[in-house]
Amino acid sequence: MSADTTHASNEAAHHSQAHGGHGHDEPHGSMREYMIGFGLSVILTAIPFWLIINHVIADKVTAGLVISAFAAVQVVVHMIFFLHMNGKVEGGWNLLALIFTAIVVLIVLSGSLWVMYHLQANMMPTMAQMQNLPG
Amino acid sequence: MSRAAAAPGNLDPQALTARFYDLHEHEHPDGGSTMLGFWIYLMSDLLIFAMLFAAFGVLGANYAAGPGAKDVFELPTVAFNTAMLLFSSITYGFAMLAMNTGKKTQVQFWLVVTAIFGVIFVSTELREFAGMIADGATPQRSAFLSSFFTLVSTHGIHVSFGIIWICVSLVQLQKQGLTAANRRRLMCLSLFWHFLDVVWIGVFTFVYLMGTLR
Repeated sequence: MSADTTHASNEAAHHSQAHGGHGHDEPHGSMREYMIGFGLSVILTAIPFWLIINHVIADKVTAGLVISAFAAVQVVVHMIFFLHMNGKVEGGWNLLALIFTAIVVLIVLSGSLWVMYHLQANMMPTMAQMQNLPG
Repeated sequence: MSRAAAAPGNLDPQALTARFYDLHEHEHPDGGSTMLGFWIYLMSDLLIFAMLFAAFGVLGANYAAGPGAKDVFELPTVAFNTAMLLFSSITYGFAMLAMNTGKKTQVQFWLVVTAIFGVIFVSTELREFAGMIADGATPQRSAFLSSFFTLVSTHGIHVSFGIIWICVSLVQLQKQGLTAANRRRLMCLSLFWHFLDVVWIGVFTFVYLMGTLR
């Protein structure tokens, strides 16, 4: 087996890989896709605003969780219908980068809130709080 | 062959290198990796916003006896701005659809519409800021206002640069038409623009709506 044929077959393999991997020639999205995304986004935006402006949910924690859930769903809707995110774009690297970033974001956000909440809770009480202490 | 494999020291350096590294240039299509690279940039941008969201999450209730979220936020204005950004997203989508069918004039039309919605968004936001500052709710008033102005204006600056980018694209389209390079640029701008709308979902939910709840 000569070295030349090995290189030739290697090269052929790389070519087919490159073409399978980069799907940037195919058109992205369709009118139907955009309209579904838009319709869902309008609904998912209108409901949280309506909930908060009209004070529909009395409990603040529940209200916060409900509008967070709407935001999470809407982010996914935008990712699928507007950013055309799926496992096939750029051979899956886009999705991989997104998942990695999402994990980092999650750690940064939850870590910051968690640590700072405990710092705040363990702070020396202020003068006003000390005067209110019993006994 | 088998002897060479057993004793790699006998190979000349280039043949040895070729065993471990790909020395042969392949034909890479021009701009073939641009979309992935731009996506990585957007992900790093997302990290910037995550830091600012974290800062706002920590500092958002520290009013320093100044005006609170309920005093300074006007939800109808925010709802209007959200609608503007959502409309601009769908009109950019129309521009992409027109690009796929190769209609240059339609692409330019929808880009102009998108830019107009963007300008309305930024000017409404600036008016909101001006109103707050006139009422004494300046960025230096409290940690809440500092983190609020940093987060929301970072997003606003991104949108402003998006509008500049749209204007540049319009000129490029006029001069060069729908070339492969211009299509690629418009696809990057599409990612950028829709990405900003995704960030805005976080802003109106966690800053404005949640702030009003506090």
